[in-house]
Amino acid sequence: MALKALDIFKLTPKKNCKDCGFPTCMAFCMKVASGAVEVSKCPHMSDESLAKLSEATAPLMRGIKIGAENSEYELGAETVLFRHEKTLINRNRYAVAFCECMTNEEIDAKLANIKAVNYVRIGEEMKAEMALIEYFENKEGFLNVVNRVKDSNLDLAYILVCEDAAIAKEAVEILKDKKPVVYGATKENYKEMIEVVKADKLALGVKASSLEELYATVELIQAAGYRELILDVTGENIKDTFTNAVQVRRIALKEQDRTFGYPSIVFANKLSQDNANMEVALSSVFTVKYGSIIVIDDIDYAKALPLFALRQNIYTDPQKPMRVEPKIYPINNPDENSPVIVTVDFALTYFIVSGDVERSKVPVWLAIPDAGGYSVLTAWSAGKFGGSSIANFIKESNVGEMTKNRDLIIPGKVAVLKGDIEDCLPGWNVVIGTEESMEIPKFLREYKAKQDEALANA
Amino acid sequence: MAFKMSVQKYSGKISEVEIGTGEKAIKIGGENTLPFYNFDGVAGNTQKVGIEISDVYPEGWTDSFKEMYKEVADCPVKWAKYVEANTKADFICLKLESADPNGLNKTPEECAQVAKEVAQAVSLPLVIAGCGNHDKDGKLFEKVAQTIDGYNSLFLSATEDNYKAVGAAATMAYSHKVSAESSVDINLAKQLNVLLTQLGVKSENVVMNVGSSAVGYGYEYVASTMDRIRLAAFGQNDKTLQMPIITPVSFESWNVKESIASEEDEPAWGCIEKRGIAMEISTAVSSLVGGSNAVILRHPESIETVKELVSALA
Ligand code: B12
Ligand code: SF4
Repeated sequence: MALKALDIFKLTPKKNCKDCGFPTCMAFCMKVASGAVEVSKCPHMSDESLAKLSEATAPLMRGIKIGAENSEYELGAETVLFRHEKTLINRNRYAVAFCECMTNEEIDAKLANIKAVNYVRIGEEMKAEMALIEYFENKEGFLNVVNRVKDSNLDLAYILVCEDAAIAKEAVEILKDKKPVVYGATKENYKEMIEVVKADKLALGVKASSLEELYATVELIQAAGYRELILDVTGENIKDTFTNAVQVRRIALKEQDRTFGYPSIVFANKLSQDNANMEVALSSVFTVKYGSIIVIDDIDYAKALPLFALRQNIYTDPQKPMRVEPKIYPINNPDENSPVIVTVDFALTYFIVSGDVERSKVPVWLAIPDAGGYSVLTAWSAGKFGGSSIANFIKESNVGEMTKNRDLIIPGKVAVLKGDIEDCLPGWNVVIGTEESMEIPKFLREYKAKQDEALANA
Repeated sequence: MAFKMSVQKYSGKISEVEIGTGEKAIKIGGENTLPFYNFDGVAGNTQKVGIEISDVYPEGWTDSFKEMYKEVADCPVKWAKYVEANTKADFICLKLESADPNGLNKTPEECAQVAKEVAQAVSLPLVIAGCGNHDKDGKLFEKVAQTIDGYNSLFLSATEDNYKAVGAAATMAYSHKVSAESSVDINLAKQLNVLLTQLGVKSENVVMNVGSSAVGYGYEYVASTMDRIRLAAFGQNDKTLQMPIITPVSFESWNVKESIASEEDEPAWGCIEKRGIAMEISTAVSSLVGGSNAVILRHPESIETVKELVSALA
């Protein structure tokens, strides 16, 4: 909520003493309201006024830090409801659920899955970032899981699900350096739960049986002075959960009510009732709409590939196109016999294609002209990836001096460019590549085999 | 402060479009809220899920489909009957792949005959998809629309290049519905709708295909295009964007590496069929939450899950 100069003025001592460097208090307040000066430049403000002002100028949705070291993540701090309005900021995180009832073998199996699903997509590490550990009644079992997950030494952030403050405290003790989220503040136990998290400023998960109750509980917790919160929006069923997730975010950002200005947690695992397909569906829904932590039952590649890809898309900044620098990229140590292969400067395309070329182990010169940062067909349709622009780039880049090979491999989707390029680039032979990048390794290996054979015969 | 639900009333409303005839006809659209935002107003007809079949043997599809359809895939009529009897799909999308000039290059007459036999064999509504060559599709749809007149089918799609032929044949000469296809851009979507209405096509006969991609493959543009189109339709009451959206998810999701890389090539990734289903589900539900009123899918298991989700969210 933008604060008006007059509102700020009411909080100043109205001395017009000029200590702030402005002629009057009002002049000072106008600058503060416009964001040009910090209110602390007036040395005469009362602490009470400062507190009020910092609250009024605080962001609508808090950013909450969870976890430690390599596994420290920020959640929330969003400013818009739709990514095209500006950008979404802190991507959601996926948590794999463990429970006190698990045997050591079961725990180890899930840990092995978390360890196995870890890969790089467009330059970013993809993995389940969190472990959620749930207590019901078996303290020993619960603490055993906590210890065992911790001892795995996987880089994880933790969520401890435990409404018993004394037991939660013991678990927090074990994970002290990991800054776990402590989940389970209700309208009944919130005072004791605050005691568990206060000293280390740990994030506290808040749960309630309805949105009304959640709202009232957050008010109680805030009144008790705690603001490191994560709100559980999971309802009785899928419909309620969707409604809650949208409402919490919208009440914070549109209605500008900071009571709901916190990240959320969604238990997709519980709502999907052991149906792995439904878990993928729900996790996707809440990746698009307002989940900050999404809890899943387990992780495997079938789940991870779509979810992490979707998340990566939704959280890219629409104001910054993802481009790579147009130039010649040597891959797999090319030499004077290696062919030239061409693609576009759209980061997504570059990472996919260069990854597949690397996998082929065939040395090539990867030529990337300025294609406006677009995908192959987009760039071609927009007139930024045509015969003459590709040919000019090949000439200007002097790649012809790095290799004697005169084969130029182009994406299969723009096979129509063959004639144009050859017209503009005498002496070169355009080879039409595959439509999909995943077929590149096979294609290049076959290309290389043929080339080697020809060289041997020559 | 007391808790209060946040309610957003909009003046704009999406038109309602019926496809098919008889008991199994479906209606899409009719809402004046973002998808599943029942707290804001009228959520309209539930989102519908269709199944993709082809008039040629699906050589390029992954093996699990060839196994699943081994008795029927060489005959579109048998195939259509099979999916009607054995899947939960609300409609069938028959892709007339054989028309492709770079493939079998069948004539519009030959394709129309197939479409007619399929239409006669099933009672589910039909969506007729072309081969993707805009020129050929224009000629193809003119003929097919005539041959299956009366079945109230949806033609996928009219594009900037062929909207005159497709729009006029499907909705003016014969009584079908047409889908207006644009490339992930609110202004292009708007422009094509305007062109179609100027031609004389009634807006209640139009649905939009505003572009699609698999998650991870430029999907962010699809998501934001849908958000913007829906917010303009509701908030600014922009009549030129108040058509239901149909998204052929399977045309994209089954082409990406995650869905087709073999288990030998990607041993860590596990079962190829599961991967394809998960990519399809994720792309489909993202589109539905974004604003699609109907999606076209390929795998019966995806269809089941997506339908279950839709009925839970409705
Ligand atoms: C996102 C998107 C956009 C985004 C741009 C995103 C970007 N930075 O490129 C926006 C919204 C801006 C856009 C705009 C346009 N778009 Co666009 N867009 C798409 C969309 C949905 C996804 C593209 C994508 O990201 N693909 C993923 C990347 C990785 O694919 P790729 O670059 O092709 O790479 C693959 C292969 O080509 C191969 N490969 C790549 N390089 C190489 C090299 C070799 C040697 C080999 C062997 C293989 C290989 O590997 C990759 C993976 O397999 C597609 C539809 C779709 N689902 O594909 C339409 C699409 C590409 N767009 C299209 C069009 C027409 C346009 C516009 C011209 C529309 C207009 N009239 O304004 C504009 C052009 C931009 C402008 N205004 O100047 C059309 C192209 C039609 C055609 N067949 O030619 C498409 C196909 C949509 C459609 N069906 O109509 N678009
Ligand atoms: S320092 Fe404070 S009290 Fe003095 S003029 Fe500035 S705002 Fe007013």
